[in-house]
Formats: sequence, structure tokens, C-alpha cells
Amino acid sequence: MLLAVFSDIHANRQAFEACLKAARAKGAEQLVLLGDFVGYGADPEWVVDTTIELVAEGAVAVRGNHDQAVNSTAETMNAEAQIAIEWTRGRLDTAQRRFLAELPMMVEDEGLLFVHSEASHPQRWHYVRSTTDAAKSLIATSAHVTFCGHIHRPALYSMSVTAKMTSFVPKTDVPVQLLRGRQWLAVLGSVGQPRDGDPSAAFALFDTVSCQITYCRAPYDVAAAAGRIRDNGLPSWLADRLSQGR
Amino acid sequence: MPKPLVRSGAEIDGYTIGECVHAGGMATLWTVTHPGIDVPLLMKIPRVSEGEDPAAIVSFEMEMMILPRLAGPHVPACFGTGDFARQAYVVIERIPGATLYKRLPDLPLPYDEARQLVARIATALADLHRQNVIHHDIKPSSIMFRESGEAVLIDYGLSHHNHLPDLLQEEFRLPYGTAPYMAPERLLGVRDDPRSDLFSLGVLLYFFTTGVRPFGEGETLRAMRRRLWRDPHPPRKVRPDYPPWLQEVVLRCLEIEPVWRYPTASQLAFDLAHPDQVKLTARSERVKRDPLSVVWRRRFNQGAMAPRAKSDVAAQIASSPILAVALDAMEGAPELNEALRVTTERILATLPSARLACVNVLKLSRIAIDRSLDEEGSNKHIDRLVALRHWATPLKLDESRLSAHVLEAVDPAAAILEFAKANQVDHVIIGARQHSFRRMLLGSVSAKVAAEATCTVTVVRPPRLAGDVGGTDANEATG
Repeated sequence: MLLAVFSDIHANRQAFEACLKAARAKGAEQLVLLGDFVGYGADPEWVVDTTIELVAEGAVAVRGNHDQAVNSTAETMNAEAQIAIEWTRGRLDTAQRRFLAELPMMVEDEGLLFVHSEASHPQRWHYVRSTTDAAKSLIATSAHVTFCGHIHRPALYSMSVTAKMTSFVPKTDVPVQLLRGRQWLAVLGSVGQPRDGDPSAAFALFDTVSCQITYCRAPYDVAAAAGRIRDNGLPSWLADRLSQGR
Repeated sequence: MPKPLVRSGAEIDGYTIGECVHAGGMATLWTVTHPGIDVPLLMKIPRVSEGEDPAAIVSFEMEMMILPRLAGPHVPACFGTGDFARQAYVVIERIPGATLYKRLPDLPLPYDEARQLVARIATALADLHRQNVIHHDIKPSSIMFRESGEAVLIDYGLSHHNHLPDLLQEEFRLPYGTAPYMAPERLLGVRDDPRSDLFSLGVLLYFFTTGVRPFGEGETLRAMRRRLWRDPHPPRKVRPDYPPWLQEVVLRCLEIEPVWRYPTASQLAFDLAHPDQVKLTARSERVKRDPLSVVWRRRFNQGAMAPRAKSDVAAQIASSPILAVALDAMEGAPELNEALRVTTERILATLPSARLACVNVLKLSRIAIDRSLDEEGSNKHIDRLVALRHWATPLKLDESRLSAHVLEAVDPAAAILEFAKANQVDHVIIGARQHSFRRMLLGSVSAKVAAEATCTVTVVRPPRLAGDVGGTDANEATG
């Protein structure tokens, strides 16, 4: 089965639509959404409603820190993220907020683990920035492949049976076989706010039979998404960074 | 880890196991057959039982990732892989014959035989590098030859694929590989520079032409580290009759700093194919190693070396192409030759490591056996070489980046196409012949080259003056 894995959509309707279209065109049969549906972007209602529909149709979704912050003022965030999340809170209705609040922190299925930040302490929202961070997450699970997001920059880590780590920045559109002899941590780029210098929306495809992961990019109408952010009075940096991909 | 269940007569995923043909330190090789596959096959099985070197597993994982992605005549075709969950294996084409290791008793080889042999290996390496793979274990026992002549590179357990995770990067604290052939930068943990393979090939060329290994056979880290500051004895010291051009090629491959080596395997293959065009530098004359002052400076400034950025195999190859400009330097229209030079200059400006081959075709008569070898003919040949070099002078290219070639052929387009193919040319620049009447009779050379070349072709025309519509032909092919 071919999975399409999305992370960090961040209320960016244009990017989300582009990724859905691209993933379907590539034959994706099952959708996995790794959280952070809202925050930063200007279309939280549409993104959450679409996610609710997709989950009803069988998509898997987990909770991100921005999804949690909509319902809890205890989450600490930087100033711009805080402004965006307060704005988002006013835009979502009770049903949409409840949907986000009830999302699971992690989902595990047949050796695959889906989580927003990493697997060792998913509630603490640690970033995977290094092989040391990746090792902590991999040691905490027996899953063959862990999929996460949160850092908005694609990376692929592995741990051998002797606990040796490898790190790698994946090349777009080049399938990599996740060999069964080791454990893998696939960190996804962001759909709605890429930060690796490439403004196009990031997602990944994973073939559960061949165990191949392919990191993909979908170009989208960045100007429209940035315009929506400016038109809604959100901090202009949140619009500017979309065109720079950082 | 499951124990290997491989024995003669057993069946794994449809492959019937035959006999064990090799048992090495890391893996065993078995002949296998499969209904529906009618080429001879080999199954490679890693040694994974307890007490074995964990390196065997990791290098086998690398082969499992890399082999299925490789294509072309210079690699063994891969038919299938099985992973460690059941029985790890790769099934590859069985290349008949022996590896180059069998030739060691014949060393040193005649210079020309070694030149042709290593040129074929360089061509294979170029093809591998173009597929984003650095071999990292170039040595006689990793090299075979097809009956059709192409070199085949085998054993990818230490290789690096620029588009795949490098499982070996952090696995070993010590560099892993074959000590006598290992490039100095490998000792510093560098695994992403394709020029490491050119160093190993330089070791092989030195060994095959002199009978001695340039850095000895030392396996200890201390012995290996010497090559970070100590250059080898020039081959001329070992064999006084060593041709200067060959010493130039060998010592360029064995430069300590990768940046002083050939930028690509294609450029090395080019020099080996055209020994008369090799630009001789001080390297070719040397009979002694570097003076101790130089060696000490290298040795004690190790820490001061600038940290290097990660290199990108594809980007490096792309910045070091072989360009061929086909021109008629003697009889061609001056404005066309000038336009060709302007275009060539622009292309070279963006490619600091490109090399340029200036090509001219001396057309032979279809009917009579052309007397190109008589007094007049050979002068014709030299006159054209002089004219080509004169044309290239304003480009101010370093001699090592420039060569001139006069091809003798009945069909100029076919000759240019063959030259481009044989020399792995990346980009042909050719002028569109202007006189329509002559072209009507002869056919368009540039159109044929543009249509049939396997590389990029740029067709150049001189700037057109307003109202001058008859000068060039709009139907001429474009690149």
C-alpha cells in the first residue's frame, strides 16, 4: 500500500490542496497527517474541515503542538506563533476545536509509528535536530519506521543493530529503501511552512510493501497563501517567510 | 539474525542454489538459476553469524541499496535482493572470466597495454560517477572485463551513493577499505569526493606500469597516514624509460589534494586516449620526491587545513565537462569561426574545470584512396592542428585543458559523432554551414550531429545582419 504522509500543514490551504492533488496523482492509497493543522496560516477553518472529512474517509491523523495550543493556553510559543494561535482560536468553532483536542498523540500500526515531534516524550514537543535526538526517539520504540515532523526540514536517520546512527538529507523524488535490518526515523518537511530553503510544499510517499520512502515537493501558489496571511492582519513575517522557504 | 540457510540444491525466492564459487571474509558467492532468467547468475550472501565482523552486515546493506539502482555495461546487472528479515542476498549477473588480480604476476605491463587497460577502467568509473556513486574500493580484484571489452566494476560494499544515506559514514571510526589503494582524504573521513576513486586508479596505474605499489603494502593506520604528507617516488625513478606523459598522468592522479587531480574520470580517460595531447608539467620530469621542507609543511599543517564543504558528485561532474568544438579553422567563414569562439568562451566562462577539444575533419575522398599520408597530406594534417590551436589562443585556456584533433573521414558528421562518443564528450559546439548550395550537395553536418548525438549540441550561426536572409538557412537543425 502506498501511504502519503503530510506534516505541519499550518492552515495553508493552497499548499495542502497542492499536496493532496500531487499525492493522489502519484497513486497514494492511504493518507497520514502528522499534526500541526493550524497556526501561522490564514485558512484554519478550511484545513480543519478538510482534515475531518479525510479522517472520516480513513486518513490517520495525530496531534501537533499548535493543535494543542488552540485548546490550551499552557503551551508556550514564540511571539508570532502566539499571535497566530490566538487569532486561530477565534476562528474555529467548538466542533473544530474538539476535533483537534481529541486527536491521538501517536498511532502505531504494523511496525510504523506516526507522531508529531518524536517518540521518546511526544508531549514535550522536542525537535529532532541531530543524530543524538534521533537516537533518543529510536531507542524509545521498536517500530521499524517512525514518521515525524515538527522541525519543518526533511531528514532521514537510521540506527543499526549495534546502535550506530546515520543521518541523511533526502533527495527529492529519489526512493530510498528503508532496510529491515535497522530502525529508521523519517522526519518530514512541512506542507504549509517549509523551512529548508525550498518554498514548495513538502510531503513523502511510503510504499509499505517495498519499504521505500520518497520525499516529494509540490509547487503551490505561494503568493495567494501569503496574501491571505496579510489580508487577515497576521504578522507579515509569516507571509514573507513562505516565499523564502525558511 | 537468522543463520544462513544456503546450501546446494536449496531454493530461495525462486532461485535454485548451485555451488559455492567463492568464500571471502565478508560474503560467500553461489551460482544460482531462476526459471525465466537465462544469463548466468551469482547469489552473494553476507556472513552474518555471531562473531563475524559487523562491517559485513553494513557493507552488505550498502550493496543491497546501491546495486539495484545501477545500470549499464560497466556494472553487473542486479536481478533481485532479499533482506535481513529472512535471508539477505543479492543476485547479480555472473561476469565470465577473472578479475584483474590475476594479472599481478605479469607486472609490470607494457606501457601501452597498461594505458589501454586503465583508460577502460576510467571510462567505467566515469559511468559510475555519473550514476552518483563513488566506488571507494578500486583495486585489481574489483575490476573485471566483459568479452566485448568494457571494464566492469564489482563489489559495492564500501561505496557511497550521493542520493542515499551513507550507512558507513558513522559506522567505523577507522577508514575501511584496501590500504594500498586508499586516497589520503579517506583517512580524514571524507567519503563524498569522487576524486578518491581517481587516486586509487592512479595507484593501480603506477603499480601496473612499475611493478611496485606507490605507498607500499602497509596496513597500519600509521603507515597509511604517511600519504597525507609524503608523495610517492616518481615512476621514472623506478623505471628510467618511463614515458613523461604517463608520469604526468600517474602523478596527477596521485596528488595529495583532490583539487590537483583530474576533476573527472572522463578527463582522465581522455588523456589516456590521447597521450600525445597530455600537457606536460614539472610532474613529468621529476625523478625525486618533494623536498623534506615541503613534506614537513604538509605534515605539520594538517590541522590548519580549511574545513571542506560537502561535495556533490553530480555538481562536480557537471562543472567539469568535456566540450568539443567542431570547426573548419582554415577554410571556414571567418565570421562563423568568430561566432563559434564567442559561444565557446561563454560556455567555458561558467565551467572552470571544463576541457575543450578542438576538432577538425579532414575529408577523405569517397572514391579514390586518399593520399593523406603522403608529404602533402601529412602537412595538411599539421597545418590544421596549428590552425585549431591558433583559433583557440584568444580563449586563454591552460594547456592542460585544451587539445586539438584532426579526424580523417569520408563522412564528417559520423566522424564527429564517433569522436564525441569515444571521448565521453558532454557538449558539442558546431557551426551551421552557411552556403546553402554547398550544403544541398553535401548534406548538413550540424543537422546530423544535432539529431544523432547522445550529448548536448549547440549549433552556432554568425550574427545575422538586417535583411540578410539568404546567408543562413532556417531549416538548419538547432541544438
